[in-house]
Amino acid sequence: MPAIARTGNEAMAEAMRQINPDVVAAYPITPATEIAQIFANFEANGDVDTEYVRVESEHSAMSATVAAAAAGGRAMTATSSQGLALMGEILPIASALRLPIVMPEVNRALSGPINIHCDHSDTMMNRDAGWIQIFSENAQEAYDNVLQAIRIAEHDDVLLPAMVTTDGFIISHCMEKIETMEDSDAKAFIGEYKPKNPLLDYKNPLTLGALDLQDYYFEHKRPIAEAMHKSKNVILEVGKEFEKKTGRSYGFFEEVSMEDAEIAIIALGSTAGTARMTVKNLREKGIKAGLIKLRVFRPFPEAELVNALKKLKVLAVLDRSDGYAATGGPLFSEIRSALYDLKTKPMVVNYVYGLGGREMNFELLDEIYADLQKIAKDGKVDQLVKYSGLRE
Amino acid sequence: MATLKQLSERKEPLSGGHRACAGCGAPIVVRQILLAAQKPVVVACATGCLEVTTTIFPYSAWEVPFLHVAFENAGAAISGIEAMYQSLKRKGKITEDMLFVAFGGDGGTYDIGFQSLSGALERGHDILYVCYDNEAYMNTGIQRSSATPRGASTTTAPAGKVKQGKEQYRKDLTAVIAAHHIPYVAQASLGYPTDLIKKAEKAFSIKGPKFLNVLQPCRLGWGYKPENTIDIGKLAVDTGFWPLYEVENGKWKMTFTPKERKPFKDWLKTQDRFRHLFKPGNEQLLKELQEEVDRRYNEVLGRCAS
Repeated sequence: MPAIARTGNEAMAEAMRQINPDVVAAYPITPATEIAQIFANFEANGDVDTEYVRVESEHSAMSATVAAAAAGGRAMTATSSQGLALMGEILPIASALRLPIVMPEVNRALSGPINIHCDHSDTMMNRDAGWIQIFSENAQEAYDNVLQAIRIAEHDDVLLPAMVTTDGFIISHCMEKIETMEDSDAKAFIGEYKPKNPLLDYKNPLTLGALDLQDYYFEHKRPIAEAMHKSKNVILEVGKEFEKKTGRSYGFFEEVSMEDAEIAIIALGSTAGTARMTVKNLREKGIKAGLIKLRVFRPFPEAELVNALKKLKVLAVLDRSDGYAATGGPLFSEIRSALYDLKTKPMVVNYVYGLGGREMNFELLDEIYADLQKIAKDGKVDQLVKYSGLRE
Repeated sequence: MATLKQLSERKEPLSGGHRACAGCGAPIVVRQILLAAQKPVVVACATGCLEVTTTIFPYSAWEVPFLHVAFENAGAAISGIEAMYQSLKRKGKITEDMLFVAFGGDGGTYDIGFQSLSGALERGHDILYVCYDNEAYMNTGIQRSSATPRGASTTTAPAGKVKQGKEQYRKDLTAVIAAHHIPYVAQASLGYPTDLIKKAEKAFSIKGPKFLNVLQPCRLGWGYKPENTIDIGKLAVDTGFWPLYEVENGKWKMTFTPKERKPFKDWLKTQDRFRHLFKPGNEQLLKELQEEVDRRYNEVLGRCAS
């Protein structure tokens, strides 16, 4: 397997080259722009035989991608932040039409104020759009996740769109050594796509996107939840198969030093990479610290998370987006709710951090773990939602 | 052009039994255009009257493949379908020649979907975009659009004690589209079906982006009896308000010239939305409306002469 130096954007574009979609419709936006550019080079050099539609906006990017997928083939796009927000209207249409579109999404703070750096507010704003959402810790995972997402989205039990995210600049622009599959292996892994009910099959004309009123709308939405539930098995199966081919293991989340952990944090994306080192340092000092890196946010792996978290004394949920007077950030409210039925449950505290690209570093993570030790000792959470790394 | 007998023998692209109003012009426009197609057609449609009246689940009036995504993106949707077709055809997965048609009302075309349409035309997709222009947002209840003529009363620009309906002249979208320098742009009316079908046939014979702007009288929004749809569509042309022309590879050509243009007020009088214009005190406004029709008509004549 070739080991090469790649940024997160290059890694995702490389996965797209190997997928060789029938149609890509994309619009540039920082920090995802490179994906559209690199793919344009692939097309210009004949490395892919994709029809590349250079649309005039992200709204049209998602609209053309939906229409292309409905026509009957693999269709992809890529975006970030404002672009994802502009696509927002069309995202639930993609899932309602059960189109297995895969989209790299580079996490960037939503305006306003305008900012180009990482947080998860863009992805979280669209968390209930019926899209599978897979987060990546680094460029390697970004590459691996894009390939796996094709298999997950296109599975007969699923047929839902999927976005694979990386943290803007932190992953998208950071050069790392990654291992890629041989082209032939990648092609064999993703397999041939056989579209369901393609629009271009004019001999069997279909009406897609019909007006769906009180009589049927509800029955047409429920199967999306069902498919999302079913995707859990598929995610695990695909992860296992991917591990056989590459040696790299993937599930819903990764547990670091959780076996006997008393305090732990759970985080999405690149922060987990930093926290990994913090946990190692704390363990060397004899502190029973752990970490859960959540990979799959949708479908939300509720039962599995509860099982992994139930023995903890204190859990910190790190949210890289704010709920603005919701019960904490989106990850916090879901995890805290998931723990509700446990008879003895960990104390849970929320840290909103890193908005607009504010750095999450060892010092802040040390502070958080020190907080958790204090909460464990005191036996109570003084403040449910805290801000980490904020000047106040 | 195919004879009427030949057209009548072709397979219906849009069946009866849909829920459009009696006298609605939109299905007439669709049938006249799609009957001109001699190859398999795939349709994309913007949200609007046409979409909601023909596709109430579990029914569909469409006998051809049909995709509705949203309101402002029929241009992008037809682009995506056509791109997938080109891709699969290049790879030998599809062998037949096919046609790709988008339908949008004036809301979905002149206003909210304008960017998506402009992008699709600039990119050069092999598509035909048809605007069924009924001069207001009829699906949501007769709100003004940039295609609404000055003086028309709509629910968001009503005629009242101090206002006489819409205060602005309509957008000349056909000319705006012509400025995209695409191979074929035409303006048509369902009142002149032979002219419309000829234009559709021509559009289908040309490769690249094509645009048809078809005036579609709306009995509910314009306020007239259902049986008058065709006559009102015809009178719009006969007064010079809606000249029939085409722009083929940059060359403007009048496809029908009324022997003597009728006064614009003859058309205004046929519709309730203009009734207030005939109250005492609006004589100057009526004069200005006629002058603007003359100015725009002569502008088209000038372009066709050069």
